[in-house]
Amino acid sequence: MPAFETVEVSTDLLILGGGMAACGAAVEAAYWAKKNGLKVTLVDKAAVDRSGAVAMGLSAINQYVSLQEGLNTVEDYVKYVRQDLMGVTREDLVYNIARHVDSTVHLFEKWGLPIWKDENGGYVHEGRWQLMINGESYKIIVAEAAKNALGTENIYERVYIVEPLLDGDRVAGAVGFSTRENKFYVFRAKAVLAAMGGAVGVFKPRSSGEGLGRSWYPPFSAGASAYFTIKAGAEMTCQEVRFIPVRFKDAYGPVGAWFLLFQSRATNALGENYMETRKDVLANYGVYGATKPVPANLRNYLMMLDVNDGKGPIYMRTEEAIAKIASAAGSEKEFKKKMKELESEAWEDFLDMTISQAMLWAATNTAPEEKPSEIAAAEPYFIGSHSGASGAWVSGPADLAPPEYFWGYCNMTTVKGLFAAGDASGASSHKFSSGSHAEGRIAAKEAIRFIVENSSMPNVDPAVVESLKETILKPLALFEEHSGKCTDPDVNPEYIVPKQYMFRLQKMMDEYAGGVTAQFTTSKYLLEKGLQLLTLLKEDSEKLAARSLHELMRCWENVHRTWQAEAHLRSVLFREESRWPGYYFRSDAPKMEDDWKVFVNCKWDPETKEWSVFKKPILSIID
Amino acid sequence: MPSYVISAKCDGCKGQDKTACMYICPNDLMVLDKERMKAYNQDPSACWECLCCAKICPQQAIDLRGYADFVPMGASVVPMRGSEDIMWTVKFRNGLVKRFKFKTRTTPEGEAVPDGGYATATDDLKSPLLFTEPASIGAELSTLKK
Repeated sequence: MPAFETVEVSTDLLILGGGMAACGAAVEAAYWAKKNGLKVTLVDKAAVDRSGAVAMGLSAINQYVSLQEGLNTVEDYVKYVRQDLMGVTREDLVYNIARHVDSTVHLFEKWGLPIWKDENGGYVHEGRWQLMINGESYKIIVAEAAKNALGTENIYERVYIVEPLLDGDRVAGAVGFSTRENKFYVFRAKAVLAAMGGAVGVFKPRSSGEGLGRSWYPPFSAGASAYFTIKAGAEMTCQEVRFIPVRFKDAYGPVGAWFLLFQSRATNALGENYMETRKDVLANYGVYGATKPVPANLRNYLMMLDVNDGKGPIYMRTEEAIAKIASAAGSEKEFKKKMKELESEAWEDFLDMTISQAMLWAATNTAPEEKPSEIAAAEPYFIGSHSGASGAWVSGPADLAPPEYFWGYCNMTTVKGLFAAGDASGASSHKFSSGSHAEGRIAAKEAIRFIVENSSMPNVDPAVVESLKETILKPLALFEEHSGKCTDPDVNPEYIVPKQYMFRLQKMMDEYAGGVTAQFTTSKYLLEKGLQLLTLLKEDSEKLAARSLHELMRCWENVHRTWQAEAHLRSVLFREESRWPGYYFRSDAPKMEDDWKVFVNCKWDPETKEWSVFKKPILSIID
Repeated sequence: MPSYVISAKCDGCKGQDKTACMYICPNDLMVLDKERMKAYNQDPSACWECLCCAKICPQQAIDLRGYADFVPMGASVVPMRGSEDIMWTVKFRNGLVKRFKFKTRTTPEGEAVPDGGYATATDDLKSPLLFTEPASIGAELSTLKK
């Protein structure tokens, strides 16, 4: 195995990730760091221009509160999120993001993001909180501001962060490797901000051939945030609150424009609207079932009931929506004009953010005015920024958080100096792209304050670094040592290649933790069996082998996924109820129970290597 | 093979240390075969079909072939990205062609100013105001009386 040079970088604030939250953090941190004579360094496994979940683009901004327009209040947003998550949300965190998000959206517009305007110059709303954008270059524009603020000399691209460095109860930096050259990186820092996205590929995807990569959330979000914060010893929250989006089937194109902008219905194959025929089911979910809009997971659930009854396929009734728009148009000329507009809007919705869906419609000769298109529930994802909630348990802001939720620095995890934002922080759902950016800014300003008030550089034991280097590079060494033994390097009794390891994890989670083929249903017994299989898998993670730097990254991505899987299994097992039936259903505890209106938090102790799972109270800050 | 490289068009970015597609792929999939001086997608089943590679390719040498396990053959979706807009050509399996042009940005490339021209109201690190606020909110910062 070639020698790997160790590159040491010392900085004040280390930002991990390059997506929306990390770019928000970079812009804000750069300002406060300059004021205080501090250095900020950002490390991204990809190129910041096109990294993270917005890499492809986006057709809408999903969080905009309209404060200057006076259309909504921050409290309105908190109530909406609280209901959608069945009461399980950190209101202080959601409030904090919502009061800052408009500020971030206005910056996006100044930076050059085209936001649709109506004839009076106001923003065009897709829904109450959503703005329509021409978003193909959304990420490039946001990255540009981050790069201009930070300076490219402070940005490391194509460096994959694997593990945290600790100094007692304080974070001390991070280690990883270049995916381009034989270099091992050691970043030492006074504070670290984790913003490395959510986790995809923990569960078996619906497409398991070439379409394996066509997940709704990007396949390169592989659980790095969850792993990093768990391994640092941070308390985690809502690890059971996975997210399953309903999207156009197979290509996972967005449905928001069709539901919200074009007012389309979804029906089963018999033409029945499950939101009407099954509305009695909602009565089992108390105030959440009675709320409008109906929480995303309950909408999913009513649809899944139809599917399980054999009433699929489920269709987005595009032809019906277009006919309704036509009949409202009056003249033929007006209709044609309106249709041309709508056609462009519908296609941009796909082309801006899910090119595969445009491809699928073209390949199936789909004319939406003539025939409906199938929709379906995707596979489960871990994404604290959407209608899921998984992430690290972080402190709230000084002026909003109840004392139980406040420990000095907003968005700091329970590990000193370790901050989290975007998909990395939990129980603050519905922040989407804009709120993640705003949260990155909030966390970055607080991280700079932490550094000013805790100015010593934490210590790092060189022996620990050396040992981590050996562990992290071990898959390369294993491959080199054993690959010659067999004629096919993929089949070897001494090691496992990362793709097969990933399939093993996905199959186990799918079958035992309520994936697609288990119809999102699990139980205590299945979860306990799943944990047994996971224990064997974790042992075998030490036998992962890599023939290149690219594969070395794949090895560690799958280790990261494994830890996200374990936090999920343990949390689903702990919560003895089915609170989000359209995300997962516990067949042995099928109802929502009042005494489970709590957070389920968990923690892995770096000293004892033991997990603990426990309840934390839900404290409201608004009525 | 989600994104694929057309042999006749790819020039390996003329032997620079990395090609444009290698630079940009968010999933680290594009690789330059230095002997043939052609790039290729090393793991099509890990491809998200984001087409970041096709959009950045200076030779327009990268195209999309839909996922073979669920997309019928014969269609194409081709982007042509400029500095302020993007043109899409969508060809259906039945031969129908649709073209769309969408804006991508309203400012010159490279000129995003971090503060967006908004003034900083406070240099107090303890204030919940971010460096462009409250000007960039367009309203006072909301809070609750505890």
